[in-house]
Amino acid sequence: MRRFISIVVACLSCHAWAADADYHLTPLAVADGVYAFVGEQADFNPSNGGNIVNTGFIVGTEGVIVIDTGPSRQYGEQMRAAIARITPKPIALVINTHHHPDHFLGNQAFADTPIGALAGTRKGITTEGDAFAENLFRLTGSWMSGTELKAPDQILQAGPLKAGGRSLILLAMKGHTDADLAVFDADSATLFAGDLVFNLRAPTTPHAHLEHWKDTLRALDAFMTTQRVRVLVPGHGPIARNAAPIAWTRDWLTWLDTSLREAAADGLDMNETLTRPLPEVYRNIPVAGAEYRRSVGHLFPAAEAGALQPNN
Amino acid sequence: MIKLTSALACALLLANITPLPTQAAERPSDPLASPRWGDMEKGILSGATYVFDARVKVEAPDTAENPLNVPITIDATGLSDVKEILVFADFNPILEILRFYPDAAPAYLGFRVKLQQSTPVRAAVRTGDGVWHIGGTLVNTVGGGCTAPSMGATSPEWQKRLNEVTTRTWNEGPMSGRLRMRIIHPMDTGLIPGIPPFHIESVVLSDEAGRPLARLEVSQPVSENPVFTLNRGSTTGTLNARGRDNNGNTFNVRIPQ
Ligand SMILES: [Zn+2]
Repeated sequence: MRRFISIVVACLSCHAWAADADYHLTPLAVADGVYAFVGEQADFNPSNGGNIVNTGFIVGTEGVIVIDTGPSRQYGEQMRAAIARITPKPIALVINTHHHPDHFLGNQAFADTPIGALAGTRKGITTEGDAFAENLFRLTGSWMSGTELKAPDQILQAGPLKAGGRSLILLAMKGHTDADLAVFDADSATLFAGDLVFNLRAPTTPHAHLEHWKDTLRALDAFMTTQRVRVLVPGHGPIARNAAPIAWTRDWLTWLDTSLREAAADGLDMNETLTRPLPEVYRNIPVAGAEYRRSVGHLFPAAEAGALQPNN
Repeated sequence: MIKLTSALACALLLANITPLPTQAAERPSDPLASPRWGDMEKGILSGATYVFDARVKVEAPDTAENPLNVPITIDATGLSDVKEILVFADFNPILEILRFYPDAAPAYLGFRVKLQQSTPVRAAVRTGDGVWHIGGTLVNTVGGGCTAPSMGATSPEWQKRLNEVTTRTWNEGPMSGRLRMRIIHPMDTGLIPGIPPFHIESVVLSDEAGRPLARLEVSQPVSENPVFTLNRGSTTGTLNARGRDNNGNTFNVRIPQ
């Protein structure tokens, strides 16, 4: 009975402490001076506090470049503390790869440093950021306490960028959203692909344009070869040392696109399309069912409109 | 009410009520246990005789990822002599979604709806004997549906394409008899200050001889750019679809088989 009580007390204290919950962020060294924080392969929920994303940082001779800041103020703060345990160097630049909440809601922790993003990303954060934050509060609870919108204050352009003494190449692309940034660190041949690439985790599509996305994946494939990319950090899912996650993402998007068009051409309505079973290869993929259903909501109306014909 | 199917009897037993239409003294309890059912009974059904009936199938996702575009399928083909189907949502600011009169068509309809919050979505089906048969399902939403502006209101696109109709029919295979129809319309609810209600009001489908196949009276909660899925049943040949919105804009199209 005593043991039982102590378990109950322990659990109660978990809840009491959720306001400063610990994401247990452990930097994973993926290349020389390059680190990643790898998130859980799940939906946003109260037990992961929204830590479903991969973020990272690059230690240059003069400072640190941070790539994405996670889903909450506390994630950002804990990320910054974890970086400080690796290097005493100052933060030179924070980059938000795109305007989805798990990639920029930790910005507050870096309010004293430059935060850069593509113009379209900054616009998306300014217009949709509050709604995203509200939604994350609802989905994860107290992990979000104290989180407020902090928009990027620098507009980044495609091309070479020197930051923190490190040589980067910024790739301005689109498809996952209208403004997706991939960050290449030339010294280590590491590519942070943001959510343009998912690995063994179902892609999210709330702002996706599938044709643009597939074109972008072709461009990324070519970039992998010409730049001899050694490490590929996807926005979600395990880190890879080859281009397999690009192919994996393309296969999912192609399947999704084809099956939505087929469903529309066959005359299925949205309810019937929602209940179609996933192909065997995707049945054990984390959150595949949930992401498929969300994608039907986002993308089926256009597939359907394409299958209907004008009359007079 | 003598022709109760065993499925219905079973549903009624599960709901712990007697398999009889409502009398003043004895009212069936709502299988969805909605605190708003009393209001629905008075406001929507106006005290008419009704039963909860498992033959009225209302299909929707348990959780709607996008509350502005929640797919609903109504199938009352298990009932005969269906005169009218009234679809409503207990917790929407505008309760009534649409009325469907399947004059010569099967009692089957698919469409999408804007939901303000989690709510039962119900179909009340009136048969020739005047009894309303009620079916429904619960939909969880993330909220905000009806008060968010429709995309159309801010985009000039729909102004050029207003009431543009696209359709397709399927004449063989598992979807044989199916007709799908999409109408470009912003379907503004009128709940957003400064944006008056602007919505499709009526759609009439008729056969080559001008005989009505099905009629719809559409209210504001139906989603932007409505898409309707119907079944033409045994009616063959070219169909005609004509409709009108509350501002008097009309459409009139031929739908080849
Ligand atoms: Zn994303």
